[in-house]
Amino acid sequence: MPPVIALDCVAAFLIIAVLAVVLARSVAASRFVYGAALVISSIAVATACVQLAANPWEITLPLGLPWIGAHLRIDALSAFFLIVINLGGIVASLYALGYGQHEAAPHRVLPFYAAFLAGMNLVVMADDAFTFLLAWEFMSLASWALVVSHQHEQANIRAGYIYLVMASFGTLCLLLAFGLLAGTDGGYAFSAIRASHPTPYLAAAILILTLIGTGSKAGLVPLHVWLPLAHPAAPSHVSGLMSGVMTKVAIYGFLRIVFDLLGTPEWWWSIIVLALGGITAVLGVLYALMQQDLKRLLAYSTVENVGIIFIGLGLALAFRANDMNWAAALALTAALLHVLNHMLFKNLLFFGAGAVLTSTGLRDIEQLGGLIHRMPATSFTFLVGAAAISALPPLNGFVSEWLTFQAVLLSPQIPQWGLKLIIPAVGALLALAAALAGSCFVRAFGIVFLGRPRSSAAAEAQEVDRFSIAGMAALAVLCLVTGVLPGFFIDRLGPVVQSLVGGQMPHQLSVAWLSIVPIAESRSSYNGLLVFLFIAVSTSLAVLAIHRLASRAVRRSPAWGCGFADAGPATQYSASSFAQPIRRVFGTTVFRARETIYMPPPGDQGPARFSVTLRDLVWDGIYVPLARAVNFLADRLNYFQFLTIRRYLGLVFLALVSLLLILAIWS
Amino acid sequence: MMTDLIIQGTQMAFVLVLAPLLTGLSRKFRAHLLSRQGPSVVQPYRDLFRLLRKEVVLADNASWLFRLAPYLIFAATWVAAALVPTFATGLLFSWSADLIAIIALLGSARFFLALAGLDVGTSFGGIGSSREMLIASLAEPAMIMIVFSLALIAHSTQLSNMADYMLSPAVGLRVSLGLALIALVMVAIAENGRVPVDNPSTHLELTMVHEAMVLEYSGRHLAMIELAAALKLQLYIALIICLFVPWGIGRGEASVISYAVGAIAFVLKLGIAGFFLALFETSIAKMRVFRVPNFLGAALMLGLLGTLLLFVSRSL
Repeated sequence: MPPVIALDCVAAFLIIAVLAVVLARSVAASRFVYGAALVISSIAVATACVQLAANPWEITLPLGLPWIGAHLRIDALSAFFLIVINLGGIVASLYALGYGQHEAAPHRVLPFYAAFLAGMNLVVMADDAFTFLLAWEFMSLASWALVVSHQHEQANIRAGYIYLVMASFGTLCLLLAFGLLAGTDGGYAFSAIRASHPTPYLAAAILILTLIGTGSKAGLVPLHVWLPLAHPAAPSHVSGLMSGVMTKVAIYGFLRIVFDLLGTPEWWWSIIVLALGGITAVLGVLYALMQQDLKRLLAYSTVENVGIIFIGLGLALAFRANDMNWAAALALTAALLHVLNHMLFKNLLFFGAGAVLTSTGLRDIEQLGGLIHRMPATSFTFLVGAAAISALPPLNGFVSEWLTFQAVLLSPQIPQWGLKLIIPAVGALLALAAALAGSCFVRAFGIVFLGRPRSSAAAEAQEVDRFSIAGMAALAVLCLVTGVLPGFFIDRLGPVVQSLVGGQMPHQLSVAWLSIVPIAESRSSYNGLLVFLFIAVSTSLAVLAIHRLASRAVRRSPAWGCGFADAGPATQYSASSFAQPIRRVFGTTVFRARETIYMPPPGDQGPARFSVTLRDLVWDGIYVPLARAVNFLADRLNYFQFLTIRRYLGLVFLALVSLLLILAIWS
Repeated sequence: MMTDLIIQGTQMAFVLVLAPLLTGLSRKFRAHLLSRQGPSVVQPYRDLFRLLRKEVVLADNASWLFRLAPYLIFAATWVAAALVPTFATGLLFSWSADLIAIIALLGSARFFLALAGLDVGTSFGGIGSSREMLIASLAEPAMIMIVFSLALIAHSTQLSNMADYMLSPAVGLRVSLGLALIALVMVAIAENGRVPVDNPSTHLELTMVHEAMVLEYSGRHLAMIELAAALKLQLYIALIICLFVPWGIGRGEASVISYAVGAIAFVLKLGIAGFFLALFETSIAKMRVFRVPNFLGAALMLGLLGTLLLFVSRSL
C-alpha cells in the first residue's frame, strides 16, 4: 500500500468530522461515524504496517505558512505510532458502535471524535515545526471538546478548564523549544533542524522545554494534575483513546525531538528523565490506589505507565550517551513495547469501565460489586486487562517490564557516578510500582466485579451489547498474543529503534521455541508461549485428574459468617478498607492521610463515623500557590485597564523612551 | 530429546512429591522443639488425599473465578517451582523463564488468590486479600532488588546459569551476597506467611492473612491451595539452596549418578532448611500487621544496598 493512503485517511477523518456535524442529529449518525472510522483506521493500520520496514516517505503540501508549506514524512517511528493510534481507533470505534448508542448528545461527540483521530494521525506525520504544532493544538482542542461534551456536569467544566490551561502551557513550551531548535535562521523543517547542532546550554534548555511540553500531555508528575480530571470526563471510548493513545502521541513528541532532532544526548539528561519517570510511576499508582471513581483510578494508572515508559526512555538516553547502542536498543524497545501494551490494556480497561457505567450508571466503586454474575463477558475481559496491566505472565505487560528490568541490569557498565547511583534506585521504584499496580487492580477488579452488589443498580446490571463486547474481546486477545509472541513485535520494532539509537535488538523470531533473548541466551531469556502452555496444561491436568479420580461433588451453602446469619453486603470489605493498609504505610507521608473516628458516647444511639482525608501535595504545593500568584498579578495589572487617555499616552511615551535607552546602551 | 523431556518431567514430579514432605518435616521439628510428639511427617499427604476426596462446599455467592482460581494458583506455583533447579541445572525448559519471570509467576498466583478472597463477599476474605497485597507490594520489590544483586554478580538472571556461576571459583565472599541472603530469607518468610509475618497454624480471625483469604475454600479446592502453599515454601527454599549452597547439584554431565547425588543432596538440604525454619519460628513471636512494612522495608533496603554496592564496584 502506498504511504500516501495514510494522508488520505487523515483527510477522510476530517470529511467524516464535517459530515458528522451535518448528520449528528439523525438516528444513524453514530453508526455511520464509528463504522467509517473503523474502516479508515483499519486502512491506516495496514498502510503503516507496510511503511514500518520501508524507506521514509516524504511529501510537501502547499498548505500552512506560504514560504514553507506543510512537510509530511512517514518514517519507521511515525509508522509505529500510526499503528498504535489507528489500532486504538479501530477498537474504540468498534466498541463505540454499541456504546455510542447510549450517548445523550451525539452531536457534541461525533464530529470531535473523527477530528481527534485526524489530529493525532497528523501529529506523527508532521515534518516541520509549524505543522507539528498545528496538528498538536488541533488534537488538544478536539480532545478538549470531547472532555466538555457532557457540559451539564460542573466537574467536567472544571476539568475542561484545567485541561485547556495545561494544554496551552504545554504547547507554549513546545513552541519555545521549536523556536530554539530552529535557531536564528528559522529553519522550521525537521530536516533543517536535524542538520543544525545547538550548543550544549541551548540543547539543555530545549530538553527541559520538551519535557514540560510533552510531559504535560503525557501526564508526567508534577504536570499530571489535569489528566485524572479530564480523561474520565469524556465518554468512555474517548477516555480510552485519550489515556491509551493521546499520551502516546505525547511520547512520540518527546522521542521525535529528543532522540531524533536534538542530536547526541549528554549523559546527565537521562538523570532528569529517569528521576521523573521513577517518581511518576510510583506516585501514579499510589494515587490510583486511593481513588474510588473507577475511571479516575484508570487515569491515574495511566500516569504510572507513562512513568514506566519514561524510565525506559531515560535508560535509552543514558546508554546512548555512552555509545552503548545495543543496550540503548534494548531499553528503547522495552519502552516502545510498553507504549503498544499500555494502549491495548488501558483501552480495554476503560471500555470495561464504560460497560459498567452503561449498565449501572455508576463510576463509584464503593457502590458496585458482584458484577461477575451479571456481566460475565465484561468481567472476563476486564480481568484479562487487569492481569495484563499488573505485569503478570504470560500476558503482555510483563514482557515490557521484564525487558526494562533487563536494561537496568546492563547499566553498571555506565561510567558516570550519578547514573550508577540513580539507576538502582529507579529500578527499585519500578519494582515498587509494578507490585503496587498488582494491589491496585486486585482492588479495582475485586471490589467492582466480585463480592456482593453494594447497590440496587449493581444488583440489576445487565450485560452490554455485542459491539462493546467485541471491542473488549479483541483487545483481550491482543493482550494475550502480544504476551505469548513478543518476539514478533520486538522484531517489527527493529527499524524504529535502529533509526533512533543506531542499533537494534538481536533478531528474535530465529531463536528456538520462539523465546525472547535480549542479549545472550546465557544472560536471560523468557518464553511467554511456553509459560502459557505450561500453565494451561497443568491447570487442565489438575482439573481433569481431580474430577476423574477424586471427587467432583459440589454443595452450595451460605458463606461462613462466624455464627452471624445473613450479614448484609455492607459488611464486605470496601474499596477504602482494602486500601487502608497501603494508605497507612505510604499515604501518611505521600498524601498526608488522616483518619478520624467518631465514636458516640455510651448510651448514645447515633452511628459511629469514620472519615479519611487525603491531600494532593502536588496540587497544594505547586498549583495553588501558582494560581494565587497569577491572580495577584492579574489584580495588580487590572489597574491598567481603567486609566485616562492622558495616562495611556504617558505610558506609551515612557515605554518608547526606555526602549530607546536600552537600545542605546546595548550597542 | 526424549531423555531431556523425561528428566524435565521428573523435576516436575519431584517438586510436587517433595513439597508436602517439607511441610510435614518442619511441623515435626516444630513439635519436637515444643516438646510435643507432633503428627507424622506424612500427615500433609494424608490431609491432601482426604481433602481431595471430600465434596466442595461452595458459598451461595461464589462465581466461576472462585472455582477456577485454586487450579490456576496451583498451576502457576507448580510451573514456577519446577523452573527452580533442584537436583540438576540446565534442564530442557530451564531457559523458558528466568528468575524475574518466576517471581512474576508467583505474583500471578497471588493475584488470583487475593481475588478469590474477595469473591464471596465476606469481611474475612477482604481482610486477608488486603493484607496479602500490602505484604506483596513490599516483598516483590525487595525480591526484585535481591534478583538484581545476584544477577549482577552472576551476569545472568537464568537460574541454571546463576547456580553454575555460584559453583565456580569466581564468586568468592562478597558483602552483597551476604546482604542478598539475609534479604532473601526475610522475603521468603513474608511470602510464605510464616512467623513472624503470619502464622500458618492460627485460626484467630484478626491475626491471619493467608488463612483468612482461603477461609471459604473446602474439599479439592482447599487441597489445591494447600499444595500450592507447600510448593511455594519448597520453591523459596530451593531458591536459597540453588543460589547460596548449590554444592552437589548435577551440572552438564547428564548421568544418572549425578542426578541421584543431586537429588539426595537436595533432600538433605531441604531437611536442614526445614529444621532451621522450625527453629526460627519457635524462637520468635508473631508481629503486628503494621510492623510488617518495617520488616519488609528492611529487606528492600538490604537488597537495594547490595545492588548499589555492585553498581559501585564489581567485586563487593
